[in-house]
Amino acid sequence: MIEGILLGLKTALSFTNIFMVMMGCFIGTIIGMLPGLGPMTAIALMIPITYGFDPSTGLILMAGVYYGAVFGGSTSSILINAPGIPGTVATTFDGYPMAQQGKAGKALAIAAYSSFAGGTIATIFLLIAAPMLSKVSLAFRSPDYFALMVLGLTAVSAFSAKGQFLKAIMMAVLGLMLATVGQDSLSDIPRFIFNSMSLADGISFILIAMAMFAMSEALMIIFRDKDPSKASKAISFSKLGSIRLDKEERNKMLKTIPRASVIGFLIGVLPGAGATIASFLAYGMERNFVNKEEKEKFGKGSVHGLAAPETANNAACSGAFVPLLTLGIPGSGTTAVMLGALLSFGIQPGPRLYMTNPEVFWSVIMSMYIGMVILLILNLPLIPYIARLLAVPRNFLVPLILFFSIAGIYLMSFNTFDIFLMIGLAVLACFLRLYNFPMPPLILAFVLGGMMEENLRRSLLISDGSFNFLWDRPLTAIILSGTILLVSWQMYKSFKK
Amino acid sequence: MRLSTVKIISLLFFVFSAFYLYTAYQIRVFSFDENSPFNARTLPIYLGYFGMFISGLKIALPETMNEEVDQKFLNYKNTLYLVVVMIVYGLTIRLVGFFLTTSLFLLSSYYLLGERRWTIMFMLSFPFVAIFMFLIHGLLDIYLTDPLLKALGVIG
Repeated sequence: MIEGILLGLKTALSFTNIFMVMMGCFIGTIIGMLPGLGPMTAIALMIPITYGFDPSTGLILMAGVYYGAVFGGSTSSILINAPGIPGTVATTFDGYPMAQQGKAGKALAIAAYSSFAGGTIATIFLLIAAPMLSKVSLAFRSPDYFALMVLGLTAVSAFSAKGQFLKAIMMAVLGLMLATVGQDSLSDIPRFIFNSMSLADGISFILIAMAMFAMSEALMIIFRDKDPSKASKAISFSKLGSIRLDKEERNKMLKTIPRASVIGFLIGVLPGAGATIASFLAYGMERNFVNKEEKEKFGKGSVHGLAAPETANNAACSGAFVPLLTLGIPGSGTTAVMLGALLSFGIQPGPRLYMTNPEVFWSVIMSMYIGMVILLILNLPLIPYIARLLAVPRNFLVPLILFFSIAGIYLMSFNTFDIFLMIGLAVLACFLRLYNFPMPPLILAFVLGGMMEENLRRSLLISDGSFNFLWDRPLTAIILSGTILLVSWQMYKSFKK
Repeated sequence: MRLSTVKIISLLFFVFSAFYLYTAYQIRVFSFDENSPFNARTLPIYLGYFGMFISGLKIALPETMNEEVDQKFLNYKNTLYLVVVMIVYGLTIRLVGFFLTTSLFLLSSYYLLGERRWTIMFMLSFPFVAIFMFLIHGLLDIYLTDPLLKALGVIG
């Protein structure tokens, strides 16, 4: 493991990669601050840029964007009560009241230190857990992988939107359907191409990611007549106050951070759960841990109440990399976008990534830590200035996002058909979003579609067409039981209403 | 009975799944693969049936919350304009070239969204695209076909 860490450090500490982490954190912070534009949009916009990069460098940039977006989301939550991403909603409960009391600087500092500590502890967990799990996951067979992917899709659908399980499953099915367009991977038989050569190679993952997130997000800003720059103008003019913390505040944080880190990491590892659930759970649990006097302060600017969700959401971000790096199965929409990017680099994440591409495996883990340090050192003092950059009016912001999306896809294929397909999908995504059809299950299903079919094919061929493979192996049966439990729980919740 | 928009979307998804299923059955597989436990049409067929089942369930089950969107807050006009501008951009990009079409796309989008500060609009279109092209063409070495710039002798 030490060798791996050193290899990771060597790769991550090269001049190019440090520059990429810095750029990623900076861009991610800016995009994360804009309410509505989350890490998935930020990463989707980065994919065409990383196309010519070395895989480690590309992934390092995206990891930086991911962390930056989470940090940026916290900032807008604290200063203007407008969470940039769902994972920072719980931050508003105590962060915003603190800012209203004239302690915005302190709230930002607590958020930054908690995020840093949560990320650091989770990175250590990841450092230990990922190689161990990689070895364990070598025992996984095709039926187990298939079952795990079904569980991942069900979990993402269950958690992606409250009370929208059926809609989320519909989106997952649509994602799988889109993944079947093009030639069959084994027999090369064309499917759903309708005699169009442009569809023969299937639909590009980047096209789907850009259309469903970046482009549709930009169109939604206009469609809903929102102006994200209004929020950033409010940040620019707010008074921050001191960012120094006193001893009592530090002591409170020291108690909260370890338990919130553990919760955050464990929730992050679970497929589908992610930063949002981790932050809410950590907030709720912290409320039960503290004494009665502190409990009274929750919702009114409690240090515990701010530190817990901030620690947990960052720890969950690191935790989400565990299934991605060890099993090759992303547990969230954001890591699904990253998996798609890895596949386009020609790298297949999974248990063997640890052995076949150790530099990628370790450099990503190490760059996460470097990203945390950069966020802490650079972003905290720079927040008011970054916020000023954000006051770009939507009249410029939207066309520029559309331009980067179209140019990004055009420069990869030089095929105008892709532009029209992207516009069509973005318009479709716009309407679906309007009626709360969640997009993360679609992108996860699209990314997993090929692997799912391959594993199902192998399992069915081995079992001679019988579906016994679903319960023949105890591991497969246990994973599928989890899926059945999750579906039953969702159905029970729906019928209870 | 009035169908809600979510139910209409579900109904459209049901029809789409049915069409997908029909197309899945039309996929031609090799004769030796026809009776194989798994061939190129197996997963699409499962997906088609499952899509119909899920959307059917969504249509049949009663709605637990009101999800109608207030149409008066939606800006159809500007969104439609932007989509049209994007389509025109897509249609002309190969014909006219990247530089001019992209610059005009940006300029017209700013204008359509209500921007009237011409200096900033100009700076964020023609010079901005020129810098972008320099980065793509000059630094990343990605060749961009541009008949206009080629005719003017700017690029080779």
